[in-house]
Amino acid sequence: MLNYDLVVVGGGPAGMAAALKAKECGVKDIVILERAETLGGILEQCIHSGFGLTYFKEELSGPEYAARFIDLVEKTDIAVKCDTMVLDIDENNLVTAVNKKDGLLKIQAKAIVLAMGCRERPRGALEISGTRASGIMTAGTAQKYVNLDGYMPGKKVVILGSGDIGLIMARRMTLEGAEVKVVCELMPFSGGLTRNIVQCLNDYNIPLRLSTTVVETHGKDRLEGVTIAQVDEHLQPIESTKEYIECDTLMLSVGLIPENELTKNVGIAIDRVTNGASVDEMRQTDHPGVFACGNVLHVHDLVDFVTMEAQLAGEGAADYILNGAKETVYVPTTTGNGVRYIVPQRVNIKNPNDVKLYFRVGRIFKNAKVVLEIDGNVISSKKKIKLAPGEMEDVVIPASVLAGMTENSTITVRVEE
Amino acid sequence: MCYDVAIIGAGVIGALTARELSKYSLNTVLLEAAGDVAMGATKANSAIVHAGFDAKPGTLKAKFNVKGCEMMPAVCKALNVPYKNNGSLVVAFSEEEKAHVQELYERGLANGVPQMSILDEAELKALEPNLAPEACGALYAESAGIVCPYELTIAAAENAVTNGVEFKRDCKVVGIDFADGVFTLHTTLGDIETKYVINAAGVHSDEVSRMIGDDSFTIIPRRGEYFVLDKAVGGMVKRTIFQCPTAMGKGILVTPTVDGNLLIGPTAADMNKEDEDNTATTAEGLALVKKFAAKSCPAVSTRNAITSFTGVRAHPDVDDFILGPSEKNAQFIQASGIESPGLSSAPAIAEYIAGVTVEAIGNVGRNESFNGERKDVFRFRHATDEERAAAIAKNPAYGRIICRCETITEGEIIDAIRAPAGARDVDGVKRRTRAGMGRCQGGFCGSKVVEILARELGKEINEITKFGSGSNILFDRTK
Repeated sequence: MLNYDLVVVGGGPAGMAAALKAKECGVKDIVILERAETLGGILEQCIHSGFGLTYFKEELSGPEYAARFIDLVEKTDIAVKCDTMVLDIDENNLVTAVNKKDGLLKIQAKAIVLAMGCRERPRGALEISGTRASGIMTAGTAQKYVNLDGYMPGKKVVILGSGDIGLIMARRMTLEGAEVKVVCELMPFSGGLTRNIVQCLNDYNIPLRLSTTVVETHGKDRLEGVTIAQVDEHLQPIESTKEYIECDTLMLSVGLIPENELTKNVGIAIDRVTNGASVDEMRQTDHPGVFACGNVLHVHDLVDFVTMEAQLAGEGAADYILNGAKETVYVPTTTGNGVRYIVPQRVNIKNPNDVKLYFRVGRIFKNAKVVLEIDGNVISSKKKIKLAPGEMEDVVIPASVLAGMTENSTITVRVEE
Repeated sequence: MCYDVAIIGAGVIGALTARELSKYSLNTVLLEAAGDVAMGATKANSAIVHAGFDAKPGTLKAKFNVKGCEMMPAVCKALNVPYKNNGSLVVAFSEEEKAHVQELYERGLANGVPQMSILDEAELKALEPNLAPEACGALYAESAGIVCPYELTIAAAENAVTNGVEFKRDCKVVGIDFADGVFTLHTTLGDIETKYVINAAGVHSDEVSRMIGDDSFTIIPRRGEYFVLDKAVGGMVKRTIFQCPTAMGKGILVTPTVDGNLLIGPTAADMNKEDEDNTATTAEGLALVKKFAAKSCPAVSTRNAITSFTGVRAHPDVDDFILGPSEKNAQFIQASGIESPGLSSAPAIAEYIAGVTVEAIGNVGRNESFNGERKDVFRFRHATDEERAAAIAKNPAYGRIICRCETITEGEIIDAIRAPAGARDVDGVKRRTRAGMGRCQGGFCGSKVVEILARELGKEINEITKFGSGSNILFDRTK
């Protein structure tokens, strides 16, 4: 059995930033376990630019953004085990993992950072009827084939879902010579970033059809076409609007699901909205010494925020390892009008620093205000020209306000129209 | 060369029959039109081993079902494939249906079904607390079970090949001539000569039959649609839950699978003859499955669906299995019209058909080197830590997890490709190993499986298919 102070599960941007921060805080023995052949996570296949604008104040590609952290990790004595899959974490923070070189690994950790990222929602969850032809794949799988393997997964493409990966792939496939016929979005608004709709669809004249979905797939061996239809206010397809579109590929960009099988094994409480662990402001779960950050906690739209969140988790884990469990008085964060979820789900009012709350709205708001209310008092009220579910927002609880709170306090974030 | 026996169709009947024949010193060839075994009705059905109370007493269905159900555990054990004796319940949701349940019980007695009992509401709900409040009684058949039909077929074909049977895939029979006691099968792989033919062509068995002039039956393809739900709800029921049968079949069932998922379905809709290979799902069909599954178990929700599929039953117009020599040619042996309870009956049918064939040929010796035990298949997910460590020490490929959801290693995938009658495409790997069958449905492992297949088969990755010819996954290289 191996012993480490900190085991980081996942070597993507979240895992690397958490490990680096913990190192910086003085944690000695750290290991990152990564299932892919290299560190970097999903960034390795995101060869488009747009990463780092917030964190580095410059525009980088995914691999460039990852490389900055890989270089930093390599300059430390943080141990890295790639091509290694974590199979289990038990309630005593004993990690079981496996790889070709070491075989079966048992690692006892003082603290653990969960940074497994997320996966794409597959077709089965969508109830699209029709054939099971080849050529139906998630946008992320297609992205890997194009960017890492160098093969075209299709020539005439329909994309279902306007998540960011779908939008990015619409542009990527177009640049590679494929014809992207349409991007269909079930909801009346896109779940992707506005800048991606502009830069990936509008700039290439790719139509985005809102309130539209794919109802049927056709073709016995390879996909030959799909039937699309508009949906009514209950999201049910409208028969009279059915339309056949010839295509050989259907790419799905219909949502990301935090990869929390390991988290559930430990028995950690999961937030039903985020599908990630329920955490405090240092991203500690309800299981002592286990922290979570990045897309495994809640799906982010920008990697910059993943990095910042992971640094909090790394700092929290370091504090736990070096100083033991902290005195805590938790106050839950409550979603008010228009707010779908808030991370963290609870705040330790003994925390001496400002605490940032990240949240998403449930629908589009225009010219609205984001209001932070504590114990019924408005702490801040910020005007926003537009709020959209695809863009994560934040508000800050100042340290001074936190210091005046009690265990019976309330924290609410709401949208005022 | 001239084979002694050619079996047309490598579904569960063809594969198990091939294995039975491999007990004898015969030159047997197993022909499959598709790119893999188990690609027709075998691939997509309820995966149930029925107890045998449904079929009318005196029918072949009744006889072979009860026998097959009895044989199934030992066959699965020898072939190293999962079988679970979970029992089944036909649930009554009204007083009227209670009478129907009683009728099935009596029919079961007439068919010789063991271990049946009638449960009252309290007994039923003690066994299955997640049933609908309206459930008021049931027929409990303890001998019923669940299997994985394609795993059984893959294992049977593999074992048959190990014992000397030749397997030819992508080999579709398009015409048959008969002269001087020998059949010439015209196939997509050229002509094949054989003294005996076993017709196990499933939904196409009537077409094959007509090739020798036997038009005594017609297959009416009948579609059945299903949902597979996540393992998170796999324990919703322990037993296979049937509703009272209708003219079109045994109704919508809710059942655990041997792999721990929950299966709901099937619908039953007759199809046009020309559509018999069309396994598309329909919005109407899937809606029906949801509606009727909820009648049994209101908590079943397709929010947990990981996939849906359609199976096509080979329903014969003569309403019973067609087994034995054709009236047109005694060397042409029918194993046709096999619909439910075909899977349950398969071990018994295979034994019977092999017996009939051997008797017809006459004077056949035993295959002295026959070994019916399929060698142990390493399954990382089922192994203990000690077994895992030992396996990786021997072969490091067992230390590389390819499919995250189902915990499938590279070693298991390579084994599946290299096995006799092994995998040649992504779906073939999936059926043999479960890689890609989990909740992400191959999102993570799909491209890795493609890479491993290409490497093992010495192909480029854009030559790899999902399920055989025409279903390629990738086109040309990028710019």
